Amino acid sequence: MKGCAPWDAEAAARIIEEHRGRQGAALPILRALQECFGYVDKAAVPMIADALNVSKAEIHGIITFYHDFRAAPVDGDVLKLCRAESCQAMGCEDLVAHLAAEHRIVADQHSPGATLRVETVYCLGNCALSPAALLNGDPVGRLNRSRIDSIVHDASGGA
Amino acid sequence: MSVRIYVPGDSAALSVGAEQVASAIAREARQRSLDIQLTRNGSRGLFWLEPLVEVETAQGRLAYGPIEPGDVVSLFDAGFVSGGAHPKAFGRIENIPYLANQQRMIFARCGVTDPLSIEDYRWHGGLKGLARALEIGPRPTIEEVLASGLRGRGGAGFPTGIKWRTVAGVEADQKYIVCNADEGDSGTFADRMLMEGDPFTLIEGMTIAALAVGATKGFVYIRSEYPHAFRMFEAAIEKARKAAVLGPRILGSNHAFDIEARLGAGAYICGEETSLLESLEGRRGQVRAKPPLPAIQGLFGKPTVINNVLSFASTPWILQHGGKAYAEYGMGRSRGTQPFQLAGNVRYGGLVELALGATIRRLVEDFGGGTKSGRKLRAVQVGGPLGSYFPDSLLDTPLDYEAMLAAKGMLGHGGIVVFDDSVDLARQARFAFEFCAKESCGKCTPCRIGSTRGVETVDKIIAGVNHGANLELLRDLCAVLTDGSLCALGGLTPMPVISALDNFSEDFALRAAPIAAE
Repeated sequence: MKGCAPWDAEAAARIIEEHRGRQGAALPILRALQECFGYVDKAAVPMIADALNVSKAEIHGIITFYHDFRAAPVDGDVLKLCRAESCQAMGCEDLVAHLAAEHRIVADQHSPGATLRVETVYCLGNCALSPAALLNGDPVGRLNRSRIDSIVHDASGGA
Repeated sequence: MSVRIYVPGDSAALSVGAEQVASAIAREARQRSLDIQLTRNGSRGLFWLEPLVEVETAQGRLAYGPIEPGDVVSLFDAGFVSGGAHPKAFGRIENIPYLANQQRMIFARCGVTDPLSIEDYRWHGGLKGLARALEIGPRPTIEEVLASGLRGRGGAGFPTGIKWRTVAGVEADQKYIVCNADEGDSGTFADRMLMEGDPFTLIEGMTIAALAVGATKGFVYIRSEYPHAFRMFEAAIEKARKAAVLGPRILGSNHAFDIEARLGAGAYICGEETSLLESLEGRRGQVRAKPPLPAIQGLFGKPTVINNVLSFASTPWILQHGGKAYAEYGMGRSRGTQPFQLAGNVRYGGLVELALGATIRRLVEDFGGGTKSGRKLRAVQVGGPLGSYFPDSLLDTPLDYEAMLAAKGMLGHGGIVVFDDSVDLARQARFAFEFCAKESCGKCTPCRIGSTRGVETVDKIIAGVNHGANLELLRDLCAVLTDGSLCALGGLTPMPVISALDNFSEDFALRAAPIAAE
């Protein structure tokens, strides 16, 4: 995601050190790492395991259990598009089809050349303004095809 | 004199441009040298009017909406700061029928106050429940909650007072209060609205619980899909500490309690209480077998009160007005109010807090005004992704725990999602399995594997492959999931499926010529 620092083992070590004393520290550490770097680098796994005195397998298991943690950085913008029932009732699946057909952006897949990554989420708590999404963390409601088009357009730098 | 103008800072309002409206109002006021005080309130829950601008005038708080940035100049031209007429004017906000016809207790302050102002909170009756809990002590506090008849608003409907009494009765060196703000049933948004629009109510409710059971530390586990609510709630905790609502001496007493907000990581299952506890402890959010109950051995093995946002948020009112007054609302064994959340294909979607026992039809038709598309209403899903799909003929069912159960549904978290006649219930049944497959924690085989088999079986039914046998298999599979899963995800995924099968069997009928099995 935009605005994230490149992986840096020393910075990661500082983040781990800062949170390791917290109760149930694994999630706060992983969140903080992802916040800083945009993903959780493989190299962080043994570091966290060591700090929390658990096995690497355990940390790997945690990272892969939760949908939020990424294994690689994302270039460009991220649109988390809600595809739960309320948004279905208001046509979110049409938007998913539109993204694929018109913009060659397939939800939850790496779409070569795309500057927008679309990820499926289930409910953002904005159901009365469905279809809803989060664009780089900012809420967007009452989505329709033309708003999707402008989001894609803006993500490509307006080119 | 400065004019107070309200533009919601609620993330739903922000999602339709409230930020741009707020800056346009500030800019326009500057240009006209008008002295205004811009307050970012929570949302009133009248979402079709968002962004909803309110202005404080001699006639009361007047509403204008939905306001786009382009409307702002015309608002000032119309003299809205003193209540001038405008095509988007709705008069006094309290008189809008959608709001006037509600019974707001939990949400009494949401949208009214500045969510991060303790002074505003006190001015509107806040902290009175906590003060009373401090005055009467733990045992009478629990008695009030028992007398209120309050049941867990997360969906399970377990009596809150009994949970609290259990934790209070266990000896331990440490007890915890945990708020489940990850009960992210799709189609619901009351938790989010409250954390953004009136977070002190939740803080007060958790503190009352802490006093009642003798806990000194609390956690709020907020789903990561609510980043804005997380930030607002963290800011509210900070304010509460400064005002001694939290900290070593709550409201000047000798009682200590503090809260930490934790952000989830996108696992739906963590809305299940034992899975949430696992996650808070820093592990995969896998469901624990019960017993032991969290009330006896919960977070880090200590006695823990774990309640939903709305359950905690109900208790300040109960303590302030008494359990008996609360129990006067509702029907049967479902006492008090429930913030219903009206969403999906509905004209007037929003938050409707009513005494339990209102019918689905009252919500969908009287408040919701029917479908947004204008097409015929076909199905209403009540209670989140694990709730039943109801046809029109069942809309007179009262929204009460027992009545919903009798209608083979559940109240869940009070989410009501409306579908018009373009919906295909076989597809919705397939989605229920697909969702379960994605979100299963993997502990119980029927949920982990059965959900995927469910997707395949529905696909075969839709395609007409061995149609009759697969329909039978689908019901059989549902029975296995219901009986063979530890928690509600596997146990209740059959609910939307079976309700779709029973109430909308035509969507599962053979569509093409039957295809024989291989």
